Amino acid sequence: MSEEQRKNGAEGPAGSVPPARTDAGDVIGVRRGMFGPSAGGDTSGYGGLVRTVRLPGAATRPYGSYFDEVADELEGALEEQGLVPEEAIAKTVVDRGEVTFHIEREHLLRVCRTLRDDPALRFELCTGVSGVHYPGDTGRELHAVYHLRSLTHNRVIRLEVSAPDADPRIPSVVEVYPTNDWHEREAYDFFGIVFDGHPALTRIMMPDDWQGFPQRKDYPLGGIPVEYKGAQIPAPDQRRSYS
Amino acid sequence: MSTNTPHAPQAEATPRETTEGTVYTVSGGDWDEVAAAAAASDDEKIIVNMGPQHPSTHGVLRLILEIDGETVTEARCGIGYLHTGIEKNLEYRTWTQGTTFVTRMDYLTPFFNETAYCLGVERLLGIEDDIPDRATVVRVLLMELNRLSSHLVAIATGGMELGATTVMIYGFRDRELVLDVFELITGLRMNHAFVRPGGLAQDLPAGAIDALREFVKKMRKNLPEYDKLCSGNPVFKARLQDVGYLDLSGCMALGATGPILRSAGLPHDLRKAQPYCGYETYEFDVPTTETCDSYGRFLIRLEEMRQSLRIVEQCIDRLAEPGPVMVGDKKIAWPAQLAVGPDGLGNSLDHIRTIMGTSMEALIHHFKLVTEGFRVPPGQVYAAVESPKGELGVHVVSDGGTRPFRVHFRDPSFTNLESMAAMCEGGQVADVIVAVASIDPVMGGVDR
Repeated sequence: MSEEQRKNGAEGPAGSVPPARTDAGDVIGVRRGMFGPSAGGDTSGYGGLVRTVRLPGAATRPYGSYFDEVADELEGALEEQGLVPEEAIAKTVVDRGEVTFHIEREHLLRVCRTLRDDPALRFELCTGVSGVHYPGDTGRELHAVYHLRSLTHNRVIRLEVSAPDADPRIPSVVEVYPTNDWHEREAYDFFGIVFDGHPALTRIMMPDDWQGFPQRKDYPLGGIPVEYKGAQIPAPDQRRSYS
Repeated sequence: MSTNTPHAPQAEATPRETTEGTVYTVSGGDWDEVAAAAAASDDEKIIVNMGPQHPSTHGVLRLILEIDGETVTEARCGIGYLHTGIEKNLEYRTWTQGTTFVTRMDYLTPFFNETAYCLGVERLLGIEDDIPDRATVVRVLLMELNRLSSHLVAIATGGMELGATTVMIYGFRDRELVLDVFELITGLRMNHAFVRPGGLAQDLPAGAIDALREFVKKMRKNLPEYDKLCSGNPVFKARLQDVGYLDLSGCMALGATGPILRSAGLPHDLRKAQPYCGYETYEFDVPTTETCDSYGRFLIRLEEMRQSLRIVEQCIDRLAEPGPVMVGDKKIAWPAQLAVGPDGLGNSLDHIRTIMGTSMEALIHHFKLVTEGFRVPPGQVYAAVESPKGELGVHVVSDGGTRPFRVHFRDPSFTNLESMAAMCEGGQVADVIVAVASIDPVMGGVDR
């Protein structure tokens, strides 16, 4: 698949174009009412309450702690390679004492290689990839989250890469961090994120012929109702929940 | 254990029709003919399926070995036999109920799973600094005791797989002492769910300190026995030395942490590098060896147990001061006080009397917090602790609800097991057992 086609695929069906990022943070959902149950009447008086759920938004300089140093070094190193840093790093979020660099997927491999090899960065250890499915983050439904640890400088950073549901492709970083071999297989198995360039992207936990990706939000948990002391207890995903 | 050979010309597989479909009865040919045919062929490679039910693969681990004579030319793992969907299940329970699930992941290190998860939730809540000191000290105490029991199992099962049954008996004997302490403190030997977001389920029971002192005294006496049995034993050394070799660059590339990384000479320990739970205030050493092999990992586990005992002693001294073990915020702290009743551990009668008889507001509060749970502001954090097996990381994501949006565990067993191929390929079949034992994978943690 050429770069051109992939771009078209990403923006294929109408409405899947991700909205422009703002500093306010991405909206991942809307919460209605006070208590959440959708069935039955809401007698709490808070039924009309509507709240948007936003993830923490982009931070502005200075980020604090060692984050500025890492950001400076990374941007400098990318510039040296002839890359405009803003093109690779979509935004930087600093929240709860942790830094997250949101990386555009086509630049992930180069960013990882830079982070590992640059003497001032030296993030030698990748602790794997964690998939997250945000059905409400239109056009960026699937996220792959990497935590990189530098033993040399004793630092931790987080990289976040997103892909739309319509084109769930993210480049594999196995050639930079071989440890991600199994981790990427796991993220593929559970979220259906296709890691381009992975040496053998097969299911790892679920049986090879399994249909669907179990940890996506639209995949049901399953389970059966259980009778306990004469009462029917519904399966966990059928019980009343408080949003 | 089953074997497949691509060439077994005399083997017969006669088909037979049954109501269930076609059944093939496979029978071997004459062994001499099979051997002669195999000898005539250049290709002597045999694929051996070891496990998933095999006494020396640490649970349901399947090893797929391509062997050429006695040499392993390729080794692969088949995992997933113990996948229970814990990460998915967490998304359908409250934040507090999460500990009940995560404690069952790596079932030999329950307190590390619980603490890592709770540290993540607490950072999301922004209450890290409000956790009472006593709760943190008890967490450290339980984690270090847990490190002892986990390493004891690693050494015991590793010994058993070599045929050193005495080591196995000693290891499980001493682990029983640790489990007795766990049972006294939490009421359970495994799957405790004792560490909760905000603190602990309850305070130490009466007599716990005395039991701990007694335990430390006993362990001080028992630990040198492993040294005497194994460390200088020529048979033991011959089996372990230079087996399961993985050097520092290999560890870095494959993400191996814990005793594997420290056996390559790098004193990396999250308790020192990025202290959590106040580890910077305890005195202990991080042992390393330069051997990069199974023997080095054995020595490191042995020394880490001694260091853990040191930390346990320091914890006991700090526990002299009474204090709260749950965060003061009533919107987060579990409202019920626990007590042992005639039918086991449950809500204390005093608490039930208060909420049912005297305070309507307390009843509402209890009901709300227990059924609905507390809300956690949106965001994501990564909390990591040094488990006996390496870096146990938890990636917790909240969407502002009463349930986790996503919890991912970076279990050290999972990552360390990846290095199995690097350790075993090119070695002997018998050394695969030793190498896997030195990784100490627990399938509950690998598969989750």
